[in-house]
Amino acid sequence: MNAQSQLSGSELFDVAIIGAGIVGCAVARRFALAGAKVALIEKGSDILSGASKANSAILHTGFDAPKASLELALVQAGRQEYLDIHQDMNLPLVETSALVCAWTPDEASKLEGITEQGRQNGIDRLRLLTSAEARTVEPGLAHNLVAALHVLDEHVIDPWSAPLAYVNQAIALGANVLRQCEVRAGAFDGTWLLETNRGDIRSKWVVNAAGLFGDHVDARLGFQPEFLIKPRKGQFVVLDKAASRQLKTIILPVPNEITKGVVVCPTAFGNILVGPTAEEQDDRIRATVEHDTLAALVAHGSKLVPGLAHIPVTAVYAGLRPATEKKEYRVIHRAGHNAITLGGIRSTGLSSALGLAQHALKLHGGAERGEFASSATPKVHMPNLAESRPRDWQAANHGDIVCHCEMVTRREIEATLSSPLPPGDFGGLRRRTRAGMGRCQGFYCNARLAEISKGYLATPLAVEQEGGK
Amino acid sequence: MNRSDVIIVGGGPSGVAAAIAMRKAGVGKITLLERERYLGGATRHCGHSPFGMLEFGRVYLGAAYGRRLEREIARHDIDLRYGHSVAQLGEDGELLVANPDGLQTLSAKRVLMTTGVRETTRAARFVTGDRPVGIVTTGTLQAYAAFHNMMPFHRPVIVGSELVTLSAIWTCLSHGARPAAVLEPRSHSLVRAPLNWFPPLMGVPFHRDAQVVDILGRGRVEAVRIKRGDIVETIECDGILFSGGFTPEASLFLTSGLAVDLGSAGPAVDQDGRCENPRYFAAGNVLRAVETGGWAFREGRAIGTALAADLLGDPARAAPTKVTYDAPIKLVVPSLLRSGSALPGGLKDFQLRFQRRVEGTLSLSIDGREVWQRNAIWRPESRIIVPRPNNSTGAQSVHFGFREEV
Repeated sequence: MNAQSQLSGSELFDVAIIGAGIVGCAVARRFALAGAKVALIEKGSDILSGASKANSAILHTGFDAPKASLELALVQAGRQEYLDIHQDMNLPLVETSALVCAWTPDEASKLEGITEQGRQNGIDRLRLLTSAEARTVEPGLAHNLVAALHVLDEHVIDPWSAPLAYVNQAIALGANVLRQCEVRAGAFDGTWLLETNRGDIRSKWVVNAAGLFGDHVDARLGFQPEFLIKPRKGQFVVLDKAASRQLKTIILPVPNEITKGVVVCPTAFGNILVGPTAEEQDDRIRATVEHDTLAALVAHGSKLVPGLAHIPVTAVYAGLRPATEKKEYRVIHRAGHNAITLGGIRSTGLSSALGLAQHALKLHGGAERGEFASSATPKVHMPNLAESRPRDWQAANHGDIVCHCEMVTRREIEATLSSPLPPGDFGGLRRRTRAGMGRCQGFYCNARLAEISKGYLATPLAVEQEGGK
Repeated sequence: MNRSDVIIVGGGPSGVAAAIAMRKAGVGKITLLERERYLGGATRHCGHSPFGMLEFGRVYLGAAYGRRLEREIARHDIDLRYGHSVAQLGEDGELLVANPDGLQTLSAKRVLMTTGVRETTRAARFVTGDRPVGIVTTGTLQAYAAFHNMMPFHRPVIVGSELVTLSAIWTCLSHGARPAAVLEPRSHSLVRAPLNWFPPLMGVPFHRDAQVVDILGRGRVEAVRIKRGDIVETIECDGILFSGGFTPEASLFLTSGLAVDLGSAGPAVDQDGRCENPRYFAAGNVLRAVETGGWAFREGRAIGTALAADLLGDPARAAPTKVTYDAPIKLVVPSLLRSGSALPGGLKDFQLRFQRRVEGTLSLSIDGREVWQRNAIWRPESRIIVPRPNNSTGAQSVHFGFREEV
């Protein structure tokens, strides 16, 4: 659907999902698969433009999730569904495993408790290792390691292609994705009338997956918000692909009360990332990177994995997690109002999204009541961006390599621009293709990208010429 | 598999000059791989800078210099392949290469790396702030202007004060953009008078001791906050240009596990331009940031000449001696020395750079005996040449010392 088109409110959707982050995309897919008529509403110029654009890309097992929590159940359900569908969708699964590393005797004393909790959470493949054993698994670790817990089933995925695949499948089933569309108010009189900057949307149900604005959206829908979003900023440093020779495993810290802490982690794209920090702030939009913090992250990475010293920095980024005043997920089902809120999905959203989607459909109950008529599951086959599997540049007739750092071909860029959900901004183009994500950050390709993407992006790369030469 | 005598990676001035020198020295099959569709490398981006005076006896501007290189290559029967991007370097001279037909493996008796430099990005500089559209390097700006007749901004703030910064200002002014300010974080301009008069003459404020402390903007850049001394001020702008801070494009070495010198951030080479792995050679700006196109051309020619002679024997086996040096010396090229018969060409001199502006005595000692010294004010990013004594290649220790004047 065209970004400028106005909505009339004459169409009645079964469910309107507010927020096209990882959770909203997964919910849209699940309802569309069930046969519902779906509207996915996003105020940003592209999907994944809030919390979901910045995460550590780990597919968690839930070994350290709170016992018997909803979060644990949904992480495990979401993870299982990802394992079931990723091959069909051509999404990667990098089987890195993770080492929870204890660097002091005090931290080491906590590993047994973490192992015990992991077993209670249903994770079997856990091994307590001595320092020497851990360094056999991961020779790059510093010698002052005291002990480690090996979690064999923690994996890494492509955090942007996965939600894009979910939303593509929803679109193939007829879902409407409305970008640059902000819900201003909503009223329920048996069905919902949502007032947006692009006109009215009528829907039987509404799902609030608005992430950093989850509490605001609940208020706009006329509810007394039951939680308060307290944005938690995370900064990350991405090291050059040369770093992947130094580390194959996710390095986790022994967690403390507040956060999972800074991880040193391979990415599906062949880099190593170090982050995130956990910084409380009030601003829900601005996520700045900061010089001293970035330098400290690099120093931290090379303290744990000495081979990372002197590896050049490829990229830096920062994102906000939608934390609330409590640690747990804030899932609210207002049955009398046909409304579901999926709030407070902080750092495990990538793993739990598909599980949250199953949960939302169950809370809705329509599938069980036979309200929807589901059709055949459309095949979605994503272009592979992961280093571990064949990329387009390795195949014939790719047109040309436009971005040499990330080896992105002209054919890939043209395909994404003519796809059902083309990128709405430069970040979206980068996330869909990796163009400009590499070590030169566009030194070579940015001008060519500006030309190829002309007319597609909300903020174009090139400015309008005024007078000029 | 069709094997070449030499594969050259990168068709800038040094790669082209090396190809021609090797052909003249009688090398058989020379393959030159260029990932773009043109020769010239970084010189193509500079529409206004003069190139070619020393090597061709006349001046060419930007892309015209690249076309001259193309004519030279054509005259010398070189196997030139455009659109070939090297993905990996193998220990024994086998290269994994991507081209429009897909992947192939090419191999050669020797490989010469002439991959040049890139500028340090905002990310690698750790600059604080938002990450909106409109933050570029000079190379990007010049590609916008020279190849696509587009501009990434109207009113940028420019960071840096190297020669390339002046080039960036000129590109802005000649394409309808007006820089809001030029900032240099150090206390002095990196170019000397009269070149450093250029920004104010063009009506662009130039601030020394000035740092970007915040970048603001949601879609596109809206403003920067800069700090001069204790004063923080906001400058409205629609873009930021980070100029210079060149660094060797040595990623292929790093990702392939071949040795990189920590000082130069380029491959470590010996006096013949030979790397630690003796099947590999390197020349031009990948050795160190940054020299002119003409310098790169002459260096390519000299190392090409040495490489041609090296091909007559087996790859050198001798373990190299590492050149050592004191802080604040930033780099020494060559940083390795190998004993053995002297080849023609190669690197006749040591090239040095300093990390910061400093006054003091620089000295060269061979096997503990001081053979050269000079007292001066040494500037970062200025070339320093120290003649390389003949006995340096057989030495056990070669050391550059520095005594700072206090």
